[in-house]
Amino acid sequence: MESVKIIEIKKSVFSANEMDANELRKELKEKGVFLLNLMSSPGAGKTTTLIKLINELKKDLKIKVMEADIDSDVDAIKIKDATGVESIQLHTGGMCHLDAEMTKQGIDGLKDFDVDLVILENVGNLVCPAEFDTGACMNMTILSVPEGDDKPLKYPLMYQVCNLVVINKIDTLSVFDFDMDKVKENIHMRNPNAEIIPISAKTGEGIDKLANFLKSEISKWRKM
Amino acid sequence: MHELGIVFNIIKEVDSIAEQNKVKEVKEVTLEIGEVSGVIPTYLTDCWKWACLHRSKLMKNCELKVIELKAKSFCEDCETAYDTVKHGRKCPNCGSAKTYLITGKETNIKDIKVVYEEEENVNEKSESKTDK
Repeated sequence: MESVKIIEIKKSVFSANEMDANELRKELKEKGVFLLNLMSSPGAGKTTTLIKLINELKKDLKIKVMEADIDSDVDAIKIKDATGVESIQLHTGGMCHLDAEMTKQGIDGLKDFDVDLVILENVGNLVCPAEFDTGACMNMTILSVPEGDDKPLKYPLMYQVCNLVVINKIDTLSVFDFDMDKVKENIHMRNPNAEIIPISAKTGEGIDKLANFLKSEISKWRKM
Repeated sequence: MHELGIVFNIIKEVDSIAEQNKVKEVKEVTLEIGEVSGVIPTYLTDCWKWACLHRSKLMKNCELKVIELKAKSFCEDCETAYDTVKHGRKCPNCGSAKTYLITGKETNIKDIKVVYEEEENVNEKSESKTDK
């Protein structure tokens, strides 16, 4: 009374997520909301950079932030206190990354869409977030000087999927053996189109350049 | 943790295919995992049972089978293929760095073994025939 059958599938494990991601990207385009996915290792300075960046951008753009962490809401509170910008905390339920479905839930949770830029601060991790397309319009990663100029060699996929690489903590260059030319070479080996912007989130150096780059990318995207 | 996210994706995909095909239960899922895909098969197996039990509809007693695919690279300069894991990006025959991966990055769902309840779908056609 039961029959067993084999169904051929031959599909990538990531194909369902990629479909969700493309759908979300389309939806965001219709709403005119630019979603920036920010990734890095833990401690590279994502939250500090975001605070400086938002304070530079908020006079020109309406911004909201989604914070993804395995637990706690310290980052969401920190961002709100330091910038006044609405920030919501997403918990990944133990997972090391956000996927497109979780990102969509976050976007839907923002309530009103009178916003130009949503920044998604992904879980601090250089492996898994690179593998799951969130549906963002642009991927950005931060590499901080103490981590070393060879990071792009060790985590190639992260640098392949990011078109914007920010080199943070350049105020510490004198105490580390970090070669700026070498890091650029290593990044461009993985992604020849990557824009590289050195900054110090602590001193504020380079934040204006980063802000201007994002503004021009957003206006290019709007005309697309 | 990385593997858990992948398992959730597999469950979502397989559950939806199983529903579309109106199967009663999925007995087995076969994956093809490349050697340099970054996915570790034993980690997949570790979280598989728990995830199927808690996150799936039609896969509560589903076995996982993994076929591992060897990683092979190709050298553009001397036009030979070689073992990627052993030699990396540099061609062992001529030393060139102009190489690319041919296989080994796969994370595919190959097929699923499903159980159907028999004596179904027999009258489907005759019901929807003439309505005028």
